[in-house]
Amino acid sequence: MARQPIGDVLLKADNISLSFGGVKALSNISFDVREHELAAIIGPNGAGKSSMLNVINGFYHPQQGQITFKGQTRSRMKVHQAAVQGIARTFQNIALFKGMSVLDNLMTGRNLKMHSTMLEQAVYWGRARREELEHRGKVEEIIDFLNLESVRKTPVGRLPYGIQKRVELGRALAAEPSLLLLDEPMAGMNLEEKEDMCRFVLDVNEEFGTTIVLIEHDMGVVMDISDRVTVLDYGRLLAVGTPDEVRNNQEVIDAYLGVAND
Amino acid sequence: MLYRESGQFKTSYPADQAIFPIVQDRWGLIAVLVVAYGVVPFLIDDYWSNAVLLPFLCYAMAALGLNILVGYCGQISLGTGGFMAVGAYAAYKIMTTFPNLDFIPVVLAAGLITAAVGVLFGLPSLRIKGFYLAVATLAAQFFLVWVFNKFGWFYNYNATGQITAPPASVFGTLVTGAHTHPAVTYLFCLSFVALFALVAKNLVRNRVGRSWMAIRDMDIAAEIIGVRPLTTKLSAFAVSSFYVGMAGALYFAVWLGSAEPTEAFGIDQSFLVLFMIIIGGLGSILGSFLGAAFMVLMPILLKNVMVDSLGMAAVTAKHVEILLMGVLIIFFLIVEPHGLARLWQIMKEKLRLWPFPY
Repeated sequence: MARQPIGDVLLKADNISLSFGGVKALSNISFDVREHELAAIIGPNGAGKSSMLNVINGFYHPQQGQITFKGQTRSRMKVHQAAVQGIARTFQNIALFKGMSVLDNLMTGRNLKMHSTMLEQAVYWGRARREELEHRGKVEEIIDFLNLESVRKTPVGRLPYGIQKRVELGRALAAEPSLLLLDEPMAGMNLEEKEDMCRFVLDVNEEFGTTIVLIEHDMGVVMDISDRVTVLDYGRLLAVGTPDEVRNNQEVIDAYLGVAND
Repeated sequence: MLYRESGQFKTSYPADQAIFPIVQDRWGLIAVLVVAYGVVPFLIDDYWSNAVLLPFLCYAMAALGLNILVGYCGQISLGTGGFMAVGAYAAYKIMTTFPNLDFIPVVLAAGLITAAVGVLFGLPSLRIKGFYLAVATLAAQFFLVWVFNKFGWFYNYNATGQITAPPASVFGTLVTGAHTHPAVTYLFCLSFVALFALVAKNLVRNRVGRSWMAIRDMDIAAEIIGVRPLTTKLSAFAVSSFYVGMAGALYFAVWLGSAEPTEAFGIDQSFLVLFMIIIGGLGSILGSFLGAAFMVLMPILLKNVMVDSLGMAAVTAKHVEILLMGVLIIFFLIVEPHGLARLWQIMKEKLRLWPFPY
C-alpha cells in the first residue's frame, strides 16, 4: 500500500516552557508535526522528551507557550479533552488495565465512541447491544492487525512484556486517533521484538495514515523509520531535521558523545 | 469431563458476547434458579426463611453493591452499614408516609435515595485514594448512624428510637410486618436479588463496567483514553449505593422487621459486607454470592454441627464458632487470596482439560 503523502501542519508547539519548581524541564521549545508524518523526538535521559508528550496530551500545563492542534489553539486543557480531539498515547512504563482481558482493554480504548446510557447497558438491549457488537467488530480488526488473536481473552497482567507493549499500542489504536504519541515503544525489547514493533508502527502509519510522534532511544530505529527528528537536550531544542541532517549536526554529536575539554 | 468448554465454537460476535457464553454455565444457572423457585418455596419454614435464606439474600444484595464499588471501581468503602441505614430509613419514612404504597416502589425509591447520599459521600474520592478514602467513608458510617439516632423525624419521634416496618404488600400479598408467609418473603427477596444480579452482570461487562475497571487498574491511563474520572467514580458510588440501599430496605423491612441504628447498621455491618466480598472475590458477581453464603451459612452450619451433632453447650459452641470462622477465613485466604470466585475459576480451567492435563 502506498503511503499517504505528508500534508499540512497538524500539531504546532510554540515556545513551550515548563518547569517544576526550580527545575526547567522545557524551555522555549517550538516544533511542528505534519499530517501523516512519522516524527521522532530524541535526546539523552532527562532531556524533557516525555514531558513534551505530557504537554501535548494535556497532562502537564506549560507555564508559557501554546499548542495548536488541528488549527485549534489551547494553553490549558483537561486530559480527556485531548482524547476527544483525537490524541492517543502509549506509556514508557506500560499503563494497561492489568485485571482486564486484552479484548476489554481494547474496548475501553473505544470508550469515547460509545454513547448508550447506563440504563440501556443495564438491560443489554437496543443501542447498548448494537454498540457492543459493532465495536467488538472494530476491535477484532485491530486484534487481527497486531496478531493478538490467541490472547484476546487473557488478562493483560499475565502476558509477557513484549505482548503487553503491543496491547498498549492496540488500545491507543482502538481510539482511531489522528495523532498517536508513542513513548519508547521498543524499550526493553530484544531485537526480534523491536523489529516486530517497528513493522507495526510503520504499518499503522501507512495503512491508517496516522500521524505518529515517537520517543525512542534506539538510534538505529529512529534513523531508519522517522521522517523528521527533533533533538532535545536539557529541555532545550538542539536540532530539527531529517535523520541525515540530525546525524551530522555538530551540536547533536556533542550532546550525545560529549565535548572534549582541552 | 462434565465441565468442558473446549469444542464450543462461537461463529458470531453476538454468541461470543452473550452473558453466559459457556453452555454448562447456562444450564448450571438454570438449575439453580429452578431449585430456588420451584423446590425451596415448598420446603421452606420460618426457621429456614428467617435464619438462613433471607439473611443470605439481603447480604448478597449488599455485597453485590459493595463489590461494584470496591471490586470493580477500586474505591474502598467502609460506609456500607451507614448506607444500608439510609436505605432502611428511607423505606421506613416512605412506608409510614404512604401506607398503601406497593412495596416494590418503596424498595426502588429507597435505593435511589441511598444512591444520592452515596454520590455525596463519594465526592472525596475525586481527590483521595486508598486508605484515605476508606477513612472518609468511615466518617459517612458514623455520621449517618448518628443522624438517625439524633433526629426524631427519621424514626417518627417514637419513644424507643427504633423503627418498625408496617405491613406492606406486593400485588396484594403481604411481604413485611408480622403476618407474612416465609415462602412469600423468600420469593420476593429472591426475585429482587436475582433481577439485580443480572443487571449488575450486564453493567460490568458493558462500557460503564469497563470504565470502572479502567479507573481501578490505572486511573491516569484511563483518563488519557477518554474515561472521565469524575463521572465514572460517582456513577460507581451511585450504583453501588443503590444496591446497598435496596439491601438495607430489604434487610430492615422484610428480614428484621424492626431495627435500631447503632446495632443493626453499625460498623460491624460495614466490615461484615467487606469481608464477604474479599472472601468471595473482588470484582466478581458470583463472588458476592459465594462470600455472602460463606459468611451467613458457615456459622449456622458450624453451630448445628457442634450443638446438635456433638452435643456441645450452646454458649461454648458460640465461642468455638467464632474461633473456627476466623480459622476458616484465614485458611481460605491462604489457599486463594483472590477469593472463592477465583478458586472456582481455577477449577473451571482445570476441568477444561481434565482428565488429560495436556
